[in-house]
Amino acid sequence: MKKKAIKDLIYKMADDELIIGHRNSEWTGLGPIIEEDISFSSMAQDKIGHALALYTILQETFGEPDPDTVAFLRPGKEFKCCHFTEMPNGEYDFSLIRHFLFDHAEKIRYEYLESSSEQNLVNLAKKITGELKYPVLHADTFIHQLGNGSEESHARLQTAINECFDQSLGIFELGEFEQELIDNKVFPGEKALRSRWFEEITPVLEGAKLKLPDIKNEEVGFGGRKGHHTEHLQPLLDEMSEVLTIDPETKW
Amino acid sequence: MYGSSAAFDTPKKGEEIVEDPKKLAIFEARIERGEKIEPNDWMPHEYRRQLIRMIEQHAHSEIIGALPEGTWITRAPGFKRKLALIAKVQDEIGHGHLLYAAAETLGKSREEMINDLINGKSKYSNVFNYPAKTWADVTVIGFLIDAGAIVNQLINATGSYGPYCRALERICYEESFHLKQGHEGFVYLATGTPLQRKMLQDAINRWWEPIMHFFGPPDKISQHTEKLMKWKVKMATNDDMRQKFFDQYIPKVYELGLTIPDPKFKKNDETGKWEYTEPDWDRFFEVINGNGPCNKERLEVRRWAEEHGRWVRNALYDPKYKSVMPLA
Repeated sequence: MKKKAIKDLIYKMADDELIIGHRNSEWTGLGPIIEEDISFSSMAQDKIGHALALYTILQETFGEPDPDTVAFLRPGKEFKCCHFTEMPNGEYDFSLIRHFLFDHAEKIRYEYLESSSEQNLVNLAKKITGELKYPVLHADTFIHQLGNGSEESHARLQTAINECFDQSLGIFELGEFEQELIDNKVFPGEKALRSRWFEEITPVLEGAKLKLPDIKNEEVGFGGRKGHHTEHLQPLLDEMSEVLTIDPETKW
Repeated sequence: MYGSSAAFDTPKKGEEIVEDPKKLAIFEARIERGEKIEPNDWMPHEYRRQLIRMIEQHAHSEIIGALPEGTWITRAPGFKRKLALIAKVQDEIGHGHLLYAAAETLGKSREEMINDLINGKSKYSNVFNYPAKTWADVTVIGFLIDAGAIVNQLINATGSYGPYCRALERICYEESFHLKQGHEGFVYLATGTPLQRKMLQDAINRWWEPIMHFFGPPDKISQHTEKLMKWKVKMATNDDMRQKFFDQYIPKVYELGLTIPDPKFKKNDETGKWEYTEPDWDRFFEVINGNGPCNKERLEVRRWAEEHGRWVRNALYDPKYKSVMPLA
């Protein structure tokens, strides 16, 4: 089993977590209610914390540079995050739908990794699957309340999901080493994840009287896993590294 | 974090209420004995009015105070600083949450308070009307402004209104962690490269006037607050708090070889008091009245959040639930 394959898997997971965590953190001070400011802040900390844990595995086991270097100073084309995580927050409706779709996928991924052949991932997954149920509960609760809330809140959520659903499938874009990872029982593969994801999100949406739109273009959100990104990633990375690049060699 | 810079005002002419002297005497005797006043207890109109005003301003200061630092969350250098800053700013918003709830026990709803913030009727700490220009500003805020807030809040936590004191106890506990992270970031820059030291000294120079303004105008020009001190709404004078802050924290600035941008600034060993050049108090009032460098920007952000979040609040609103206490 090539280390390269596992590294690729960890990088895409870590980059997803870092970038969506960054987006969540941008809600600070802007939430529709104070409680939501606090929630998005918590989720930002969780996601960025997961990214740090994954980059630490990369450093300690796979000889990659330290987490700060990897996260803050790596060129954009080396990032493996999916496009869905890169999109600007927009309005709360899009951010909530993204949080709902992404966090369900994240939870399922880590649940599978609890029985991975890669011990580092098993250890991490066992540690964090317990906490992943809370952001999912948060998303499901808000989807339920706003889907069943006012006419406007229902329409907004339906529009948001119509607009971003195809792109969200980019979460499950196959990696370069997909078959190798499946054969070596590192994880069951993106297709398996995606079908369980459908099973999980469908009843929640139904309970909120929301419909999953027909898929028009499966691959519209693809490219991230190969290092091709939307125009939104680079400005985000530039902002993230603004202070560190003043003097990357020193401690801040 | 919060300073008491604009907390009190005098009642408008013709709006003073003459209280029942018997009830007032019992109320004042309770405070004298160190008892806490609770939401359903009788209290003078003026006590309630000033407390609402003070707690509300404190709450606004927390949520507006999250903004200057909040803009650096996405730029914080490295995981450690980034995670600490998100957690810290989240705490500040949480303090706002707690304080709005404390103020609601006096009869004003969170919605009314936030509306008054946006329409400029109620204020927040002046210090947040200044920009955080560099990362060094974030460490100055995290260390010195938070330290000032702790001085203020620890004193206020010994006041007479139960819900506010209990909120402050919890807030102070969390603020002590904020201060540690602020101080650590500050020390890293002070002991770092020449460029980092320069960034820090520049930031201190920029923030000195807002820091001097933080505790409000000198006692000799402050509004009459005797009654509020007797009622344990205001617990210390502005000058006393300012001196206490200097005593506790200025030595920590000096020990890092940094300077205070005021040639007159020194401790008088005979009086035990710090001497300084009075900052421009006209400017202080100008900033309070909306003409500081960031007043517009701060309220614009708040307005954006209110307007863009209205559909969420409307959808969640259920008239069955009321969180405002009826007036006692």
